[in-house]
Amino acid sequence: MTADRPAISCSAGVRFLPRLKAGVSARRARCTTALQAEGLGKRYGKRWALSDCTLDLPAGRVIGLVGPNGAGKTTLLNLAVGQLTPTAGGIRVLGGRPASGPEQLAKVGYVAQDTPTYAGLTVAEHLKLGARLNPGWDDALARDRIERLGLDPARKAGKLSGGQRAQLALTLGIAKRPRLLVLDEPVAALDPLARREFLQGLMEAAVEHSLSVVLSSHLVMDLERTCDYLVVLVESRVRVAGDVDDLLAAHHRLTGPRRDPATLPAGQEVVSESHTDRQSTLIVRTDGPIHDPAWTVGQVGLEDLVLAYMASSPSRPSLEAIR
Amino acid sequence: MIWLTLRQFRLQGAVVFAGLAVLGAALLITGPGLADEYAAGTASCATDNACEEFARQFVIKHQALYGALLAIVVGLPGLVGVFWGAPLIAREIEAGTHRLAWNQSVTRTRWLAVKVGLVGLASMAAAGIAVFAVDRWSDPLAAAAAPRSSRIMPLLFDAHGIAPVGYAAFAFALGVTVGVLVRRTLPAMAITLAVFAAVQVAVPLWVRPHLIPPERGAVAITSGNLDSLMLHNDSLTVRTQAGAGTWTLENHTVDASGRKVEKLPASIGAGPCAPPGPRPGSDAPPGPAQECFDAFAQQGYKQYVVYHPADRFWPLQWAETGLFAVLTLGLTGFCFYWTRRRIS
Repeated sequence: MTADRPAISCSAGVRFLPRLKAGVSARRARCTTALQAEGLGKRYGKRWALSDCTLDLPAGRVIGLVGPNGAGKTTLLNLAVGQLTPTAGGIRVLGGRPASGPEQLAKVGYVAQDTPTYAGLTVAEHLKLGARLNPGWDDALARDRIERLGLDPARKAGKLSGGQRAQLALTLGIAKRPRLLVLDEPVAALDPLARREFLQGLMEAAVEHSLSVVLSSHLVMDLERTCDYLVVLVESRVRVAGDVDDLLAAHHRLTGPRRDPATLPAGQEVVSESHTDRQSTLIVRTDGPIHDPAWTVGQVGLEDLVLAYMASSPSRPSLEAIR
Repeated sequence: MIWLTLRQFRLQGAVVFAGLAVLGAALLITGPGLADEYAAGTASCATDNACEEFARQFVIKHQALYGALLAIVVGLPGLVGVFWGAPLIAREIEAGTHRLAWNQSVTRTRWLAVKVGLVGLASMAAAGIAVFAVDRWSDPLAAAAAPRSSRIMPLLFDAHGIAPVGYAAFAFALGVTVGVLVRRTLPAMAITLAVFAAVQVAVPLWVRPHLIPPERGAVAITSGNLDSLMLHNDSLTVRTQAGAGTWTLENHTVDASGRKVEKLPASIGAGPCAPPGPRPGSDAPPGPAQECFDAFAQQGYKQYVVYHPADRFWPLQWAETGLFAVLTLGLTGFCFYWTRRRIS
């Protein structure tokens, strides 16, 4: 229905961060836009589940969407696959309006929250369902995956364990051969082992079929291993989005004598701050190096970085109090 | 999509159609016997009275079975609405599987169209099969009962002709709609049953009589059309028959100026229309004497009747089926709108 738009350079993808690394990896070379949102919002009654979301996610990446429960992750993903229609703004996925027609649906795979499957249908019937409903269905891939997972094709999906069911849902998503695979908290209900197996399978498929992946979780740990691009969503707003390496390189933990963050040089943005009587600890974002010798500069891990953004959400009372 | 729909519908469909197959086989086996019995009875009765008596006995003998069959035909649309319609979408939403289905390469409009189309047709087919089989089987019974009860009267009307097909389509669409709105299977089933039962009660009472304007008029009370004359204390009530097999909606006595008379004067009840004493050996026809009818005519009393004659059966069937078809289309359209816009 809607023809693909010409590729958009993904330099715009890092809208919240200036690009820090000149080197563009081979993987990033075929950069197009996977998902583009402009002022996107979804309202339920009076409550905005997602508001003013502007995003430009590059294709060919594994993108982690992280945020606390109720931040709007599911809403954003549901908007991306066309499960929901936006109240405000617009969203385009792989150049098309989500769920606008069979072609668009074929391009985007979705593993919904709680990985729903038909309890009364067997594993084999799920594969048949996929084959019947998707013109691009890769039956060999699906069968091979089911076999490797050790799933009995004659078993009803309702009798599978949570991990197996998630794997079945993932198999349906992958064998559809989409260009973008969207997963909404796929591992939330799984035990650590099943979690790892699931994410491993996802990564293998992403590499093998050069899939773009958008994966949400409220746990950074799940995403740390898998994602090379991160979006932090807090209280229905995008707090930060960017390449994981870029994000890590641009954020620093500064520890030093107590100091008012307002006195920092221009270009150093404070993400979070905590103070004791004598000491200040800041997490700042900056393009350039930190020259001030008063600071001890430390690395920020991905988890700390995400937590810093979550903690600094605008409606949360500031942690410090200058006494 | 067709495969998936049929696969999901397999069990529910099999149960109902297997039941219908058993019913059909039973009716096919017993039908000829029933027809023979009626044919033999009507051929062998010598007088009109004997024939009437045979018909009465024939109906009474098979009444229970006939009633049960009519109940099946009347109940089937409700069954279809509750067990096929209500869970169709509600179960998907409840289990979250609609999110699996909607993210295959099939639009949700097509998804819904195939589901509603196939199962909806199955609903109509099931009702059609049931009503056809029972109609055929009960032909001799209907003929035997014809003077006293006809197919145009409520309950019999609901179980004959093509209206049951319309009811089934409507019940199914109603079930789907309630399911789409309520999103939970069991409440949807309960609400569907309640609403459909209410509609089935309301339509014969308030809607069906007016689908086609009924015949109405004041007629003289004669021995030919008198149905009953009841003397209770001082009040005399009269009912007449508008004709064989009519569906009478209103039946009351009016005076010369056309006003409804609640109580006929006691003078008539005590005088010419007084119940005759025991008349052993008399071969006068049962019922009041001719003076009674003369008294009505003299004092200007007539009987006001509103009714549908027996030959209105098919026009009413078509009109009611059309009404239910329109309701079905409306509900289905709403389901499409709601599913595309309001469900996630």
